[in-house]
Amino acid sequence: MKLPTLREVGTEAKLLLIGIPVFIWTMIPIYHMFVFAISPKEDAFTGKLWPDHPTLHNFSIVFHQQHYFLRDFWIQFWNSTVIALAVGALTLFVATAAAFSISRLRVPGGRAVMNMALFTYFIPAAFLAVPMYRTMGTYGLLNNHWSLILAMVTIAAPYAIWVLKQASDKLPVELDEAATMDGATTLQLFRLVYVPLMMPSLVAVGTYAILLAWNEYLYAFLLLSKDTDITLPVALGNFLAADDSPWELLMTTGFIYALPPAAVYYAFKRYMVGGLTAGAVKS
Amino acid sequence: MAITLSASDTPSPPLSARLSPPQVWAIALLAPYLLVFLAFVVYPVGYGLWLARQPSSYVALYNDPIFARAAVNTLIFLVIGINIKMLIALFLSGFFAQQRPWIRWLSVIFILPWAVPSIPTILSVRFMLNPEWGVVNQLIFKFTGDDGPNWLNDPAVALAMAIGVHIWKSLPFWTLILLTGRLAISHDLYEASDVDGANWWQKFRYITWPSMQTLYITCTLLSMIWTLGDFNSVYLLTGGGPADLTHVLSTLGIRYLRLDQLSLAMASIVCAMPFVLPLVYFMMKRLSR
Repeated sequence: MKLPTLREVGTEAKLLLIGIPVFIWTMIPIYHMFVFAISPKEDAFTGKLWPDHPTLHNFSIVFHQQHYFLRDFWIQFWNSTVIALAVGALTLFVATAAAFSISRLRVPGGRAVMNMALFTYFIPAAFLAVPMYRTMGTYGLLNNHWSLILAMVTIAAPYAIWVLKQASDKLPVELDEAATMDGATTLQLFRLVYVPLMMPSLVAVGTYAILLAWNEYLYAFLLLSKDTDITLPVALGNFLAADDSPWELLMTTGFIYALPPAAVYYAFKRYMVGGLTAGAVKS
Repeated sequence: MAITLSASDTPSPPLSARLSPPQVWAIALLAPYLLVFLAFVVYPVGYGLWLARQPSSYVALYNDPIFARAAVNTLIFLVIGINIKMLIALFLSGFFAQQRPWIRWLSVIFILPWAVPSIPTILSVRFMLNPEWGVVNQLIFKFTGDDGPNWLNDPAVALAMAIGVHIWKSLPFWTLILLTGRLAISHDLYEASDVDGANWWQKFRYITWPSMQTLYITCTLLSMIWTLGDFNSVYLLTGGGPADLTHVLSTLGIRYLRLDQLSLAMASIVCAMPFVLPLVYFMMKRLSR
């Protein structure tokens, strides 16, 4: 092995000079949360970079719901899960059907629908939240999980349709023609040809919708209010209501809440990066 | 409708006979999305615009100092915050384009802020900055013996911190997008420029930037539109405080909503439209090509 030249050492040092601050910047809030989660109450506020007596006690308190703020932890966890999965399934259904109709069946007016969907995608979600809140009241859906599910489907579907349409435009037309020649009905074409070929994009879109719904704070906080109805992020926000909030428990709950989406993200990273970033900004 | 379809003596053939089966399916498959769109986009937006029709709401907004402050804050957030973020992302995309095993590992960690939900991490930052118990002031006290500043109590600092949180969260995403743009540039160009003895600035100026400028500008505009709707960074860090001085338009709309001033909430959103719609139009033109 030959020794690196001075120039190579210099380049490496410069890269490290960028890499180390980037690492620290990225990790600080997450590490801070983690240290809080494993610190006993009295250690948490001393400003130590590592607790003297790391413990999993906080996790046990959260899992056994042994605190006023946590008395509905499991039901809130369940709410988050059910809502995220429902949003994923409904978005997939709505968006796949629409993309198939627009891209493969060339439905009249499909382009206009696509443009309307894109328009919705670009309107900031916080702006739509104000009239959406009122509309859900009119429909009588406030404080009902359906309000959050339908709102999140509304927000997730446009991008999902767009990504799926881009992907289905790439499938050859001859495929549909061959299947139709063989006597396939439209529904069979959809079920037996289209959906299997679109699998990677469908996984990406489903994951996108599930993560979007799991992470959503604003809509959940507006549309749901009862302690046993709300999702985990709203419960986390509610910790701030009291001056003497148990921060170590809040950080522990936040840590537990952050784990599933991070795991899903890394597990499906292959699909996410391929399906989504390529679609996000086409140059 | 049902009558025309079932009546046998009508002169025009029933609708289902005029459309081929695939066309019927096409409409049926598009219907779910259209229903969602009509019920949860068209109706709310129309209703909201109807609520915001009265000029008196705009007068009230104009007279509300919080609105003016929120508009200025939003501009600062977008013009300064987003441009800083995109410049860092452009710089870091060059860093992550280097082929090193440790840089590959770092890029996996670097994506964490984007992969984890924003609520717990924003609250984590909020606690770090707590004047009495937060780790930042604890460390300042430990090393200097002085009390640290009350970070979130100064509107300028608090807004800067909210921008910082926003950058922390979305920097990885934009770096990744710009990185894909950078990796698409042919390597031959750089090799040829090496032969010609170009320095790093000339390489950036004459090779990297020309091939990336469209992508960069698109990303900046898209990020601006989305940041207009960034409710969490401000609301969960400062709550709009101190004294409602750090609101941005998205948190202000929700503030009016919670105060039951729905027409004001809608009016404040309508005021942002002259700024949003041209951006949206531009983005739609780019994406629907």
